[in-house]
Amino acid sequence: MRPADRVLGATLLAAALFGLSFLDAARLRSAHEPALKRTEELVTRLRLTDAVLFTEARYTRHLSQADLHSPFQDHPVALEHFPSGSLLPPPRALLKRHEALDREAAPSD
Amino acid sequence: MKPWIEKQHHLIDFTAQSLARRKGKSLGLLVVYTLLVFVLASVSLYTHALRNEATRILAGTPEIVLQRLIAGRHDLVPPGYVERIGRIRGVQKIEGRLWGYYYDSVLKANYTFMVAADREIAPGEIVVGPALERTRGLSEGNGISFRSYSGELHTFIAAEVLPHESELVSADLVLMNEADFRRFFAYPAGHYTDVALWVANPLEVRNVGVKLLDALPDSRPILREEVLRTYASIFDWREGMMLALLSAAILAFGIFAWEKAAGLSAEEKREIGILKAIGWETGDVIAMKFWEGFLVSLLAFLIGYVTAYLHVFHFEFTLFAPVLKGWAVLYPSFALTPQIDGLQVATLFVFTVLPYTAATLVPIWRAATTDPDTVMRS
Repeated sequence: MRPADRVLGATLLAAALFGLSFLDAARLRSAHEPALKRTEELVTRLRLTDAVLFTEARYTRHLSQADLHSPFQDHPVALEHFPSGSLLPPPRALLKRHEALDREAAPSD
Repeated sequence: MKPWIEKQHHLIDFTAQSLARRKGKSLGLLVVYTLLVFVLASVSLYTHALRNEATRILAGTPEIVLQRLIAGRHDLVPPGYVERIGRIRGVQKIEGRLWGYYYDSVLKANYTFMVAADREIAPGEIVVGPALERTRGLSEGNGISFRSYSGELHTFIAAEVLPHESELVSADLVLMNEADFRRFFAYPAGHYTDVALWVANPLEVRNVGVKLLDALPDSRPILREEVLRTYASIFDWREGMMLALLSAAILAFGIFAWEKAAGLSAEEKREIGILKAIGWETGDVIAMKFWEGFLVSLLAFLIGYVTAYLHVFHFEFTLFAPVLKGWAVLYPSFALTPQIDGLQVATLFVFTVLPYTAATLVPIWRAATTDPDTVMRS
């Protein structure tokens, strides 16, 4: 076998596996669909608001329910110290929230 | 067309042999390159799938959750609050939610205690999430004692374990009935943790939010849309420690690849000189080097991507999971549904394959256009 055939063969094999990964993804998607539906229903029924990604701190456990103060509430000038806090950005809506929902008063002159 | 293909075939032959002559160097490059693609693809596939799954599952959260704040802190909703909300036009359904955290000193883990809105749980019984079943060895019919904040021990019987498939939202839950919850936390009668609201007209949600703030100035409404947006931006690519650490690796690889590709070794220069001296054209030399860069980077991309796919969707992101789990003792174990963003894969391809291929061509073009004699002597 020529060296080129070996190299091209390996590349083709890798490309075929790459293609197969998309087929496998489609298969897994349809296999997971019923479970996802049931989970969605559970969320609606139990009135859940957050995913259980990190249980160590309340502002990472219930990310959407946290406020900007909770990570620093232990004592005045406290630093946020849970490792998961460095992985999760603060909820974007929280940073913009007052502008969107708070009283829309004109600034005084 | 056929002679062109035949020529490229021969050029690849030559490239493969030349790579085989520098076996250690070529293999080293391929391995490092593949690892880099593997790490980048793993993070990108995982975060994309998690983001999609979280937003899909959380689409059923209450339309508005109303919290009460005192001095910037979340406080209990007092009696009378729910009635005042009921008078706001557009509100269709109101429910007080009861939930809280419990720190289990046995396991050093936090649980979320909650009153189930969808089922009647008998007094003294609880329904637990799958992570509790795993870590505390709880199964149906088993008893467990929790020490309440007042110091008393309360014993509960696990009546049911929530299904494993919903672990992403239910891993640490402990569901109980209202009387048990109030007794356990010594919750004042008529108070709630927060209030869930549903609005008749979805277009009115924002207006109802503004009206709530006017009627109850000490409250903070959280809209479903905001919950979803929070999860849509979860592990944002620009954020996160992992990528910050990774950037150093990417930079190191960049330098390594640039050094390897851009700076020609004396041996390679001599090789080009000889090739030109025996009659190779500049175009042939460039084509040969193009194949070298392209094949190495394409193979690294394909192998790296496929292993990343297997790692994320068939091995539950095992290698990086410890980073994501932090110090939490209780964490969900879930199999993500592959949601692959074609654009993300294409971006990864463009950013990994093209720069390396391009970087190999520039110095070769410079060396290949100079006189073979000068190249060999330099």
